[in-house]
Amino acid sequence: MRYLPLIWRNLMRRKVRTIFTLASVFIALVLYSFLMVVQAAFSMGVDMAGANRLMLLHKVSLIQLLPISYQSRIAATPGVTGVSNETWFGGTYQDKANEFAVVAVGPEYFSLYPEARVPEDQMRAWLADRQGAIVGKASAEKYGWKIGDKVPLQATIWQPKEGQTWFFNVDAIYDGDRDFDKTNFFFHYEYLDENRRGAFGQVGWYIVRIDDPSHSAEIAARLDSQFANSSAETKTSTEKAFLQGFVNQVGNIKAMIIAILAAVLFTLFLLVLANTMAQAVRERTSEIAVLKTLGFSNLLILVLVLAESMFLALSGGGLALALMWVVVGRGSFNNALLPVFIMRGSHVVIGLSLCCALGFVAGALPATTAMRLRITDALRRT
Amino acid sequence: MFRWLSQTLIISALSVRTIPRRLSSSAVAVIGIAGVVIVFVAVLSIGEGFRAAMANAGSPNRALVMRGGADSEMTSGFSGAEADIIKEAPGLRRDDNRPAASAELYVLVDLNKRSTGTPANVPLRGVEPIALRVRDEVHLVEGRMFQFGTNEAIVGRAANGQFAGIDLGSEFTSGNLKIKIVGIFESRGSVSESEIWCDSRLIQGVYQRGNSYQSVIAALDSPASFDTFKDWLTANPQLNVQVRRETEYYAQQSQVMTGLINGIGYTVAVLMGIGAVFGAILTMYTAVSTRTREIATLRALGFNAGAVLISVLAESLALAALGGILGGATAYLAFNGYQTSTMNFQTFSQVAFAFAVTRSLMIQGLSYALVMGLVGGLMPAIRASRLPIATALREL
Repeated sequence: MRYLPLIWRNLMRRKVRTIFTLASVFIALVLYSFLMVVQAAFSMGVDMAGANRLMLLHKVSLIQLLPISYQSRIAATPGVTGVSNETWFGGTYQDKANEFAVVAVGPEYFSLYPEARVPEDQMRAWLADRQGAIVGKASAEKYGWKIGDKVPLQATIWQPKEGQTWFFNVDAIYDGDRDFDKTNFFFHYEYLDENRRGAFGQVGWYIVRIDDPSHSAEIAARLDSQFANSSAETKTSTEKAFLQGFVNQVGNIKAMIIAILAAVLFTLFLLVLANTMAQAVRERTSEIAVLKTLGFSNLLILVLVLAESMFLALSGGGLALALMWVVVGRGSFNNALLPVFIMRGSHVVIGLSLCCALGFVAGALPATTAMRLRITDALRRT
Repeated sequence: MFRWLSQTLIISALSVRTIPRRLSSSAVAVIGIAGVVIVFVAVLSIGEGFRAAMANAGSPNRALVMRGGADSEMTSGFSGAEADIIKEAPGLRRDDNRPAASAELYVLVDLNKRSTGTPANVPLRGVEPIALRVRDEVHLVEGRMFQFGTNEAIVGRAANGQFAGIDLGSEFTSGNLKIKIVGIFESRGSVSESEIWCDSRLIQGVYQRGNSYQSVIAALDSPASFDTFKDWLTANPQLNVQVRRETEYYAQQSQVMTGLINGIGYTVAVLMGIGAVFGAILTMYTAVSTRTREIATLRALGFNAGAVLISVLAESLALAALGGILGGATAYLAFNGYQTSTMNFQTFSQVAFAFAVTRSLMIQGLSYALVMGLVGGLMPAIRASRLPIATALREL
């Protein structure tokens, strides 16, 4: 502790160098945070997937429809405790295509998703209103929808019997945890089926709740075998596997992020900091020799240099992480592609660990040089 | 004036020539800037490759007809009778009195990616016999064209490379769908090469579409006859359709994805650029401070302050140019032509494409490097030119 003033004085000796080194480390960690947020957004809620939920889709592809008659057969399957249908509606609002997902669901849907919190009276209102919709808080805020509003959506896939526009009443607004998607727009499947021009009695896919996540493979196989050799064969997977499949379709985002991150941390952090520390030690050669003459041990010299390096790493990096934590927490960057922008606590912990590790590595070589300095050689130089 | 110029040149040459003496700190600036350029060029080459794959699919000579309100072929649909009316429109090219227009279906089929073995939504297009004459850029490179009325199909070069189970001669089954691959086609590296093509009737049967289609691709008499074609169709009370130029349609299909990639690319590049400028400033300050006595001596000999300022900037720009060239070349060698596939968010279907490190991207990267060098060198340069000669000469 009593060497802190010494470290501080050393840092203040070349203010310009200290400031720009800190700034470079700061930027590196801002980029780290940004990339982590992007990566989390691209993971599309895989971490949030319910372990007790399965997705039952058409075997050929997800755009193929399934008969509504499957619902009662699924519900009667041993191990199944709940089921709801879901149908992709598409639709556009005010010419802004794909700003949020619109899906038609069965009335049981929200009992399968306790993560979506809907006030009880609003839920009752929705269940009683054929034309009702439940919208996410984020979308409601973005478009200024309030309970009781009538929202028109232009048809894309499903044409209404008359004209091109579907009308819905906002009966409820759902909220959820920070990393839950709050942009969706839900409405009654029955309303869709009664008013569209064709494909009657067909749904997109089924969400199935099961009694025990450890039986998911058996239950999935049991469900698929029921519909084998029918005109619409099925493929059932866990919700997590389904979402992961979606993420995989986008491509290897994780590899891209890691590659960028490696470039950022190497060039802006490690290289800059290591160079700064090497210069610092070179400049202070004679001083270090004096310190050693005064009785500073080799180990102490090593620790002093390392401490200086780690101080720069942690203060520059820590500041960046703190700033990004506040900014990301405040902002609402929601859109339909990547609905959840969040920075997790684990991102901060990993960021700080990276700072420690890189600060150590950057300081290691200069610190060893300083430690190995022989007093006589060093004093003779310059 | 001449004296000033010659002074500037002499000192600039001196500072650039002495860079090797400050190797480690110069390397920080060069590698830092190279790193930014690599990331910048590589990320944007993804967007550029995706955009090019989409753009190459469109021809100004063709129009795409979909149902009104549909935002892609995927969400469109109309009856066979409507498709027949569309084919009567004026402005359409006619070969031997037959309209050069193909009514098509566009669906997805679940196949595994070769690279990861994970499922992917591969587009399956049902076409009519005239399809190859409508799209003259499409040609078979292996095998033969499929026979209409059978379950044969041809597959695009890119799809063949990215997805498993669709090799030439192979047959795949998915639910009620059975398809035999008899040929491989190319199409200027466009998004069409991500697709599998078969008889439209095959899809109508297996995907239970009755006698319906999702789009009509029409070859026009000339790009100018688009308006005639469009006006006739949109005014026809029997139809509810939208008509778009194919080029426009594909440009719009690539918007979301390229917007996203460019957004991420520019954000990362700007932030990294700021960091690299800090690195360059550090390097140049170090360069100035190690040469303090040298600069002061030159000033004492009568070299003027402006020449000193420019010499520092020249050094900074030289380092930046080196970084920019290094970064651009690395990005080109490492990423150009790298084949991959992603999902087009507008249709949920896979698009196979190659990273495209274009010349314009490399020039952008180099320009960006020079900007970083200029900004990074400015402050140290001003400082060097203002060094008080007397005290500087006394410094170690």
